[in-house]
Amino acid sequence: MSKQIGDVILDLQNISLRFGGVKALTDISFNVREHEVRAIIGPNGAGKSSMLNVINGVYHPQDGKIFFRGEERKAMQPHMAAAQGIARTFQNIALFKGMSVLDNIMTGRNLQMKSNLLMQALWWGPARNEELKHRARVEEIIDFLEIQHIRKTPVGRLPYGLQKRVDLGRALAMEPKILLLDEPMAGMNVEEKQDMCRFILDVNDQFGTTIVLIEHDMGVVMDISDRVVVLDYGKKIGDGIPDEVRSSPEVIKAYLGAGH
Amino acid sequence: MPMQANHAALDGLHTFPRLLFHHANTRPQAPAMREKDLGIWQTWSWADVAERVRALACGLAELGFKRGDNLAIIGDNRPHLYMMMTAAQCLGGVPVPLYQDAVANEMLFVLQDAGIRFVVVEDQEQVDKMLEVKGEVGTLEHIIYDDPRGMRHYNQLFLHDIHELMEMGRIHDRNHPDFLDAEIAQGHYNDVSVMLYTSGTTGKPKGVCQTHASFIAAAQGGIAVDKMSADGDILSYLPMAWVGDHLFSFAQAMVAGFTINCPESGDTVMNDLREIGPTYYFAPPRVFEGLLTQVMIRMEDAGKLKQKLFHHFMAVAKRCGGDILDGKSVALGDRFQYWLGNLIIYGPLRNVLGMNRIRVAYTAGAAIGPELFAFYRSIGINLKQLYGQTETCAYVCLQPNGQVKADTVGAPAPGVEIKIADNGEVLVKGPMLLKEYYKRPDATAESINADGYFMTGDAGFLDDDGHLKIIDRAKDVGRLKNGSMFAPNYIENKLKFFAHVKEAVCFGHDRDMVTAFINIDVGAVGNWAERRGVPYSGYTDLAGKPEVYELIRECVEKVNADLVHDSMVADSQIHRFLVLHKELDPDDDELTRTRKVRRNFVAEKYKVLIDALYTGKSNQFIETEVKFEDGRRGKVSADLKIVDAKTFPIVKKAA
Repeated sequence: MSKQIGDVILDLQNISLRFGGVKALTDISFNVREHEVRAIIGPNGAGKSSMLNVINGVYHPQDGKIFFRGEERKAMQPHMAAAQGIARTFQNIALFKGMSVLDNIMTGRNLQMKSNLLMQALWWGPARNEELKHRARVEEIIDFLEIQHIRKTPVGRLPYGLQKRVDLGRALAMEPKILLLDEPMAGMNVEEKQDMCRFILDVNDQFGTTIVLIEHDMGVVMDISDRVVVLDYGKKIGDGIPDEVRSSPEVIKAYLGAGH
Repeated sequence: MPMQANHAALDGLHTFPRLLFHHANTRPQAPAMREKDLGIWQTWSWADVAERVRALACGLAELGFKRGDNLAIIGDNRPHLYMMMTAAQCLGGVPVPLYQDAVANEMLFVLQDAGIRFVVVEDQEQVDKMLEVKGEVGTLEHIIYDDPRGMRHYNQLFLHDIHELMEMGRIHDRNHPDFLDAEIAQGHYNDVSVMLYTSGTTGKPKGVCQTHASFIAAAQGGIAVDKMSADGDILSYLPMAWVGDHLFSFAQAMVAGFTINCPESGDTVMNDLREIGPTYYFAPPRVFEGLLTQVMIRMEDAGKLKQKLFHHFMAVAKRCGGDILDGKSVALGDRFQYWLGNLIIYGPLRNVLGMNRIRVAYTAGAAIGPELFAFYRSIGINLKQLYGQTETCAYVCLQPNGQVKADTVGAPAPGVEIKIADNGEVLVKGPMLLKEYYKRPDATAESINADGYFMTGDAGFLDDDGHLKIIDRAKDVGRLKNGSMFAPNYIENKLKFFAHVKEAVCFGHDRDMVTAFINIDVGAVGNWAERRGVPYSGYTDLAGKPEVYELIRECVEKVNADLVHDSMVADSQIHRFLVLHKELDPDDDELTRTRKVRRNFVAEKYKVLIDALYTGKSNQFIETEVKFEDGRRGKVSADLKIVDAKTFPIVKKAA
């Protein structure tokens, strides 16, 4: 691979998150470098999704600091994270089922539209030109994800694997700096997983998008990630390139249980 | 040597490059090609196409492409790939289109056989295949790609972006303005214009060399029969390596000057068909069958009133639609009903199918079910059949308007002579015959007899109107032990006319009875099972259901009832059959790329099943290896039931 992994773009320092008395995350530190594919793995309940929610501002950790592009981040709302260039997909697909693929992806462009609601509703003047411009960008994403044939199909009628792809398309429409993928391959068959892997790598490669993903399929994680962080019971138990993580005794213990 | 068209066209337009530049000069702004890109149809005029072909040809010359070189072309139907064909021809080279969904190893033989130095491909996927085999194709020097997506990290010097090639060509053209015109002027009508590899039902593929003269003659004949004009549109979506696409989308488009339209991707063809509304359409029977199945499935889900209207007017169409299309006399009442039906049923239906503007549609490649054929004609779509092979530019028989029959392939096309050999084989002669098989004088000599007739290998006969009727491949026609004729294709086609049967393979040569393998159509049978509340998990499970066996048995018995009426084949009734546990697939070498059954291979692979059919067993376990598209392998296994079908006593005609 000839891609250049850049400087640290997102740095999480000593993050702790509690829900009442339940410790979801305890003193976790790791960073994400520009253009890399960073995986977060761990057994069920390890705190992976919580970690992702901390990154995009849904949860606010009680302790710890988050630096995004060198600046310390204050408590923020998810839409602010989105405006800063952090997009995500969801474990349980959260698309508008009755809307077409095209319209769903178009919603991903909304943050970038300048004209106000009234002008958009009237579809007049600058709003119209703007929409045409955004439509062109959306068409490029449709072409990229090879979903031309379902452009006008309501999302609710699509099989699961394709819905996941549309979900990715909507996140891409934001032209994010960092893309958070929450179990992008859950529930997919082998062929769908392979397609998804290829798209993730293509996004990373062609747009230079930094990718943080949670995934259960170890094969997938080890194949496509540059670095992996391992969580267990809210604690970090491993961090490094896939080979290091794979051979770490602590990680093996967490996954296979003690005594091996 | 076979007889060639040995006369130059009076207007000097006797090669494809000349035809192209003639269109560009006389009607520069008329649309030549369209392609849907990023959701919008883009149009290239003849002048645009000529400019690009010029640039591509000069670019190729700059890279060292010479007269006599072969240019491999691999990809979906893309305007640039069609342009590349003409670009190669401008320089006296020969385009060699390959089937784009073949894996690298299957392409290897053709690349080596044709001594390919230059290959132009569509995208990264095909580039990867070429890189995979480059080491084994010593002659391969340059790879040109159309779509730069994913190619950022490929920095090999022999890889060229087609747009860069065009830029190179434009510079070359500016520096040597007379070069290309001189090259085109050297082109002769007896030069080979294209090399099409036969799909190879038997043995290694052979490169069929066709000249400019033969393809132009074939194109002109077809255009004259169907009165095609320059304002037409065709949707070009069938493989470029297939002779039919080359005839319709390339040769006829060049001669008549109509517009070719390239779909956005393989999956969008049905949508693109509706958007373009072609005037000229070609599809193999299975596509027409698939469309009809879809319509019927949707009608079953429609409201009662709609169903009633549909069935009423379809009955009207069945009664008189075909005759109205043929211009025969029809009673006034029926005429009025048909007019009404056209307004509320047939018209909208044609529109949904994307066939509203169709002037003529063709089907070939396999036999089409008479009911299916009649259905399309009855709703006003001028569907016809044609007959031909790669070796004859797919131009032997055509059905002229008003003389269309479901069970024949039509009358000999203009300029074509047909003779039936003593063993029933169809022999043809005319200007469209191949020049030779590439580097295979032995095969050329074998396929053309002393009188200059090409031996098609098909068995058939001419009916009372002089129309050709094809029964089977001559070599497949066998004999049962009692000496009566066994034409497996004929029986299989009868089976395949049922929507529930996708594929069938019959056995019977040198046996005392006929037996069959059946592949069910997952779409049709799946829907049928759903409506009856029969649960199933996948193909293998569905195929083994007793209900499905019962359904297929009814089909088989109907075929038997039909066969018994024809004394030639009455002994070929199917006694026993089984439903295969997997779909026959070109990836497993069971079908050719054009989806014809490789009979001997299947017989060899499933020998244990055939033995079970003939030894009277009632079931047989089998495990089969399958190849997935990405090259991985897996296994499917099943315990197949074998079922007896009712046969009917043969009533000997009183002498």
